[in-house]
Amino acid sequence: MALSYTLQVVNLLAALLLLIAFAMLSQRRIAGLVTLFAWQGGALAASTAIVAWSTGQHHLYYSAVLTVVLKVVAMPWYFFRLIKRLDVDREVEPMINIPTTMLIGIVLVIFAFNLALPISQMAGTVTRSTLGIAMASVLLAFLMMITRSKAIPQVIGFLAMENGLFFAATSASYGMPLVVEMGVALDVLVGVFVLGIFFFQIRETFDSLDLKHMEKLKER
Amino acid sequence: MEIYWVLGIPLAGGLFLALWGNRGNAPEINALFSLLTLLAAAALTARIVAEGPIMVGDGWFFIDSFNVFLVALTAFVAFTTALFSRPYMRIEKEHGRLNDQRLRLYHASYQIFIGAMLLALTTNNMGILWVSMEGATLATVLLVSLYRTPASLEAAWKYFILCGVGIAQALFGTILLYFAAEKVLGAGGTALLWTHLNGVKEQLEPTVLSLAFVFLLVGYGTKVGLAPLHNWLPDAHAEGPTPISAVLSGLLLNVALYAVMRSKVLVDGALGTDLAGNLMMGFGLLSVVVAAFLIKRQTDVKRMFAYSSIEHMGLVTFAFGMGGAVASFAGLLHMTMHSLTKSAIFFAVGHATQSAGTQLMDGIRGLIKTHPTIGWSLMLGTVAILGVPPFGVFASEFLIITTAMHEHPWATPFLLTALGVAFASIFGKVQPMVFGETELPRLPHQPALTPVFVHLGLVLMLGLFIPPYLADWYRQAAALLGG
Repeated sequence: MALSYTLQVVNLLAALLLLIAFAMLSQRRIAGLVTLFAWQGGALAASTAIVAWSTGQHHLYYSAVLTVVLKVVAMPWYFFRLIKRLDVDREVEPMINIPTTMLIGIVLVIFAFNLALPISQMAGTVTRSTLGIAMASVLLAFLMMITRSKAIPQVIGFLAMENGLFFAATSASYGMPLVVEMGVALDVLVGVFVLGIFFFQIRETFDSLDLKHMEKLKER
Repeated sequence: MEIYWVLGIPLAGGLFLALWGNRGNAPEINALFSLLTLLAAAALTARIVAEGPIMVGDGWFFIDSFNVFLVALTAFVAFTTALFSRPYMRIEKEHGRLNDQRLRLYHASYQIFIGAMLLALTTNNMGILWVSMEGATLATVLLVSLYRTPASLEAAWKYFILCGVGIAQALFGTILLYFAAEKVLGAGGTALLWTHLNGVKEQLEPTVLSLAFVFLLVGYGTKVGLAPLHNWLPDAHAEGPTPISAVLSGLLLNVALYAVMRSKVLVDGALGTDLAGNLMMGFGLLSVVVAAFLIKRQTDVKRMFAYSSIEHMGLVTFAFGMGGAVASFAGLLHMTMHSLTKSAIFFAVGHATQSAGTQLMDGIRGLIKTHPTIGWSLMLGTVAILGVPPFGVFASEFLIITTAMHEHPWATPFLLTALGVAFASIFGKVQPMVFGETELPRLPHQPALTPVFVHLGLVLMLGLFIPPYLADWYRQAAALLGG
């Protein structure tokens, strides 16, 4: 009984994750995007912790704590600071208009559910039904990376993709071995730090963080 | 025990160089750490040759003939590149393209990059393999943009985003692999150990593994530079400093292909079909053809040789995809030959572009008159990479193509056409660079061309005669790949 109740909470959080992925697609301001990213991290951490509690998989607690520290606190804080220092929080028009992006997003969700169906049938975890949602949020993050031309939204898209992958790992097999999760988290952290330096370099050279200026290198 | 030295020395080197800063002797210290890594790798190799495959540290590290050969190659090319970069980076600094702060970043990241690749090669855990591959990318992002020119920043951004997205696919592949594995091996850290997986590969769920392999191939294949995922590669090679082009092309691509091969062995066992091999043959052949025709259109010398790297990695992928003893042997041999030759070419190209002050091939003329040694090393390197006998590339390409004729005759016309086109375009472009007419200024420092001749000497030697113990070694490694 307790299990089915927690399962419903996990399903609710999964739905929230997907909803936030869509909200990110429609968000025009960079600061709003960062807030949504923090919320997505929060939903991910909460669902991981609930799965850990209801199934007794203790290593998932560490994973949840790691998510809170990195993706809910550290990275959004760092991004807000970057936005302030780089002064880039203006409205950004995505390359494809938002209603069209949303429609493409819906198609992607259907595709993801179909792709996940055979795998989730094989999974022995109680959370298997959320695997489709995890894949959908990976694809939606990918779509966001494609449709945005600014540097910071692209990186947030990349990190949202990582969120989706972690969620997939939790729902398919109760997470990865702890050492791997730690390693992945370390990589993400170093990556964000490297990008922070990199943003300043881009700004210094191009006077803007708009990647439309970066279209010199083409396959000739 | 040696394994800890192999991994510890580059890491310590990176930290030390980051703290030491760019004092006058930083390039020498960089070379010294690389030499120590090479010695440790040599000791490790000697032990594997004597004792066979070993597992170290509770099964966290696993070294067999296949990866020890890549460890030795990586440590060797890393050392010669460090030697080459000593005068090269000094000249860059005198030209005003770099300052002390960036050179400090360069030396520290160089060591970390080598360490990350060695970790990827020696770890037994498929998850740690992923982590260290990503680590190797991150260590080089800021190196590609070291010159801070608009083009180099764009190249680094492309490198980060495309490889990042690619490697995220590989992470999903790894998750699927773990998902299939924990059913058989139980949850926990051991379920991603390659040796454990290899032991139970027949019991892994085939549907999940085939899906996992597609993601792993696309993910790591992005880093190998397989077409159509190769977009980042020419930019990153052309815009970064030349020593980085040499190690990216000669080493990182091999390590990424190594990751694909480790996955292929598992998937082959689980599926019992040729799916993985066929996918690799397809991607490999496409890369060879696409790259060969793009070479023809290049005007920048480093870009041209970057496309040539795509072509050769495609050829190796194709060979591994065919499978079987001969093809795997040829693939391994070609990997070695390509690493040695391509890094030698980049060394020569680096000094040539420095003396000409441009990377455009139209601006580089008559090297043989102004800098005879640079001219000769570029010419010999080009001849070697194009597969002219008696160089070793000829031997490996010959083996790959004859096997293809025998087992997959449909592929031979594509391969031969592509190799022919690549030969005509590269030779036609390098010839005037070496023998044309102009006066170029002399370089302020003596160029470091010893590494070039050492590499080319090895390639020549292996083309004429492969020592029996080396051939045995390759055969063992080929057998591990399911030959």
